[in-house]
Amino acid sequence: MKIVLKYYTFLFWLMISAISFAQEVEVCNSCTFSSLAEAISEVDKGARIYLKKGIYKEYDVLIDKPVQILAEKGAVLDAQGKGYGLIISADSVRISGITIRNIGKSYTKDFAAIYISRSKHFTVENAVLEKVFFGILVEKSHHGQISNNHISSEGIEEAGSGNGVHMWHSSNVVVEKNELHNLRDGIYFEFVKNSKVINNKSHDNIRYGLHFMFSNQNEYHYNTFTHNGAGVAVMFSKFITMTHNSFKENWGAASYGLLLKEIYDARIEYNRIEQNTVGINAEGSTRISYKNNNFISNGWAVKISGACYTNIFERNNFLYNSFDVSYNSNLNDNSFNNNYWSAYTGYDLDKNGIGDVPHRPVKLFSYVVNRTPETIVLLRSLFVDIINFSEKVSPVFTPDNLMDDSPLMKKIK
Amino acid sequence: MLKILKYSFFDLMRSRWSYIYFLFYLALGFVLLFLNNDVSKAVITLMNIIVVLTPLIGTVFGIMYYYNSREFTELLLAQPLKRSTIFLGQYTGLSLSLSLSLVLGLGIPFLMYGILESAAIWNFASLLLTGAFLTFIFVALAYNIALSNENKIKGFGYAVLLWLFLAVIYDGLFLISLIVFEEYPLDKFSLAATVFNPIDLSRILILLKLDISALLGYTGASFKKFFGTGLGMFISFSALMLWVILPAWRIVVKARKKDF
Amino acid sequence: MIQIQDLYKRFGKVQVLKGVNLDIGRGGIFAILGPNGSGKTTLIKSILGMVVADKGDIKIADKSVLRKFEYRKNIDYLPQIANFPANLTVSELIGMIRNLRAKTSSHEQLIDLFDLTPFLNQKLGNLSGGTRQKVNLVLTFMFDSELIILDEPTTGLDPVSLIRLKQRIEEEKKKGKTILISSHIMSFVEEIADEIVFLLDGKIHFKGTVSDLMKQTGQQNLEYAIANILTDNHA
Repeated sequence: MKIVLKYYTFLFWLMISAISFAQEVEVCNSCTFSSLAEAISEVDKGARIYLKKGIYKEYDVLIDKPVQILAEKGAVLDAQGKGYGLIISADSVRISGITIRNIGKSYTKDFAAIYISRSKHFTVENAVLEKVFFGILVEKSHHGQISNNHISSEGIEEAGSGNGVHMWHSSNVVVEKNELHNLRDGIYFEFVKNSKVINNKSHDNIRYGLHFMFSNQNEYHYNTFTHNGAGVAVMFSKFITMTHNSFKENWGAASYGLLLKEIYDARIEYNRIEQNTVGINAEGSTRISYKNNNFISNGWAVKISGACYTNIFERNNFLYNSFDVSYNSNLNDNSFNNNYWSAYTGYDLDKNGIGDVPHRPVKLFSYVVNRTPETIVLLRSLFVDIINFSEKVSPVFTPDNLMDDSPLMKKIK
Repeated sequence: MLKILKYSFFDLMRSRWSYIYFLFYLALGFVLLFLNNDVSKAVITLMNIIVVLTPLIGTVFGIMYYYNSREFTELLLAQPLKRSTIFLGQYTGLSLSLSLSLVLGLGIPFLMYGILESAAIWNFASLLLTGAFLTFIFVALAYNIALSNENKIKGFGYAVLLWLFLAVIYDGLFLISLIVFEEYPLDKFSLAATVFNPIDLSRILILLKLDISALLGYTGASFKKFFGTGLGMFISFSALMLWVILPAWRIVVKARKKDF
Repeated sequence: MIQIQDLYKRFGKVQVLKGVNLDIGRGGIFAILGPNGSGKTTLIKSILGMVVADKGDIKIADKSVLRKFEYRKNIDYLPQIANFPANLTVSELIGMIRNLRAKTSSHEQLIDLFDLTPFLNQKLGNLSGGTRQKVNLVLTFMFDSELIILDEPTTGLDPVSLIRLKQRIEEEKKKGKTILISSHIMSFVEEIADEIVFLLDGKIHFKGTVSDLMKQTGQQNLEYAIANILTDNHA
């Protein structure tokens, strides 16, 4: 018993000493260390390196031991377009407050401002990464935290630009409160598990604000995706939870708020999908639950094409979309229930808050537009209203069982 | 011309029909807002009504006004006035009074519901502007028909047919031809076909503001270029101007040769 | 005052004027007569520029007036049917025409002459046909123009107003004006006209004084004289 206690006391003192007596060095032009790389190679494991204000023209700075790099405001690492910024290959590395700019561009190598490979318990926070190729590139690393960073580039075309946060074969990473813009993808996950993307702002990216490929069991909440090629693309992934996000103004010929392709068992809830060419475009998506979302002023709120099974649409608001729902296949046991449709023209005589006649969200005209896209110029014309009405009365072209049997009379707050 | 315009305008502003037209829009505005309780949604519903109704009203009023004021026109013809002055004066007087009924009739309820603070203010304004344009266009077309037809019933019939054609039949033929020729590149054709119908043109113009230009850009490069840039707005507006100017010019030509 | 040379006008298939040549001198009352459809109104409207002639020329005070409009400043015209914008009041209409002509006018005197004062603030749509014709007359005579053209001026007038109208016409004549009248009422024409222009089948069939016409036809009365021409012609 005593021995055990002694052992714990020893451990306690060890921890205290580790916290208070960790080695601390400063890097500045007039300090002992005037270069970050030099400092890292000289310090012990667990050291704290204070990077003072100044511009450090260094690249491919290797961090191969657990250290903390705490940069002052105005401490800038300039890679001069030559290669990587920081390369982290050790566990428990913490990078805070640093500004890294001018990362090299390459068509063969994925140069990144911060490259994290085979690392555990890493933290990157409060960093400003400018004119990057890739921002933070994470490979085969686990249990990390990427927060409060501002990552940007000047991407013009897809091939010549990289992603803001790019993760590959990693797990248990939290990406939080970052701002990402003018990149290829704001955030990109490939073979990533159990990770969370929370409270980020991803905008003006060439391709996607957030992109999942072959990544299961991830979730993202409270993010805002604006002006991207497409807000979020979720492809070939399972068990993704998406709530409280806002997908806005993703404009353009092939722009989506949310693009779903070959995904299973996802939850899409409490999102706000506003003014996108296509709000949600779903292809081969099965067992998806769409609940309590707001679809506002989109070209198409929901566009469903090909092999989507058992999707449930419940308690969503469909407000002023040019087309609420578009199908180019069968209904395939998808169901619509208790949604509010601003286009609903029925009545509620028994005053139970639910319309007495079912609502058919698919208009004949949306079927026509699917077939011949140019006909879109006739949108909202009297003739189109007439054919829509006649189709509503007796469906010929649209699936006749596609309807909301219990449309709500009032918008869900 | 201003004198004639003034008299036509005041004559009409005091006529029963102007009041009815004004009250109709007033009621429509209030009912829409009452039912929707949302300015944005009311603006969308309103668009459908304006694009169809203002041409109809413009046509009917144009025809009626011409035939009803024929004797008065003769009185004016005996005065030292140019024919173009008389007819353009009457035409603008009528169009202005109809536009005013529209703007006031819809403006008052929407102002009371706080359109000024709403984001929909520009949509609403462009809606009214397009409505006014359509009024000017269809009054001019009606005047053209009336000048070419002495027979009231015939003139009235042609005018209503013209409205029916442009409001419904044209779009039907347009849609069918798009579907029939769907294998061919159609974007240029459909843009052109839009320009040749003022109702379609105004609808597109409102869509550019109201819906989303990018939605139309969905279909192809020409569309994207046309609707995605200021070019579409510019061309649509110029075409709409032409739709006013050409029939008005024909009124002058026709009137110069006509016997009264 | 007015010279008409070789005037042709066709409405659709009907050739209404077939080469009218007419010279109307300065001063005096000229009545244009003719059966229905003989082209009286067309002739008058051609002079006013309301009908566009196919061929020929019209000169007023030695100037061609075709396709011009300023010359109408010196013409007062009384149209056949008095129809005005229903929503204007009488005084507004008078004000409007004065405004358009911008010429001194004697409308107050004329309003008294035709007892129109009580109607001044009524809408034209609510007036009887006769009252409207009186308004029409006021509009015509209120300006002091050298040429006055009256198309069926007696329509709908009560006897008192008719007498006042005749007096007014006589007064205008005394001022040396040229007055052109078309009318169906032969007694009226006989009473006031200095010269008669008889139109038949689109041509001037006769031009001269009333007594000349009677002499030529051997009739004692204008009505019979006219009837004589017509029966002779159709016989």
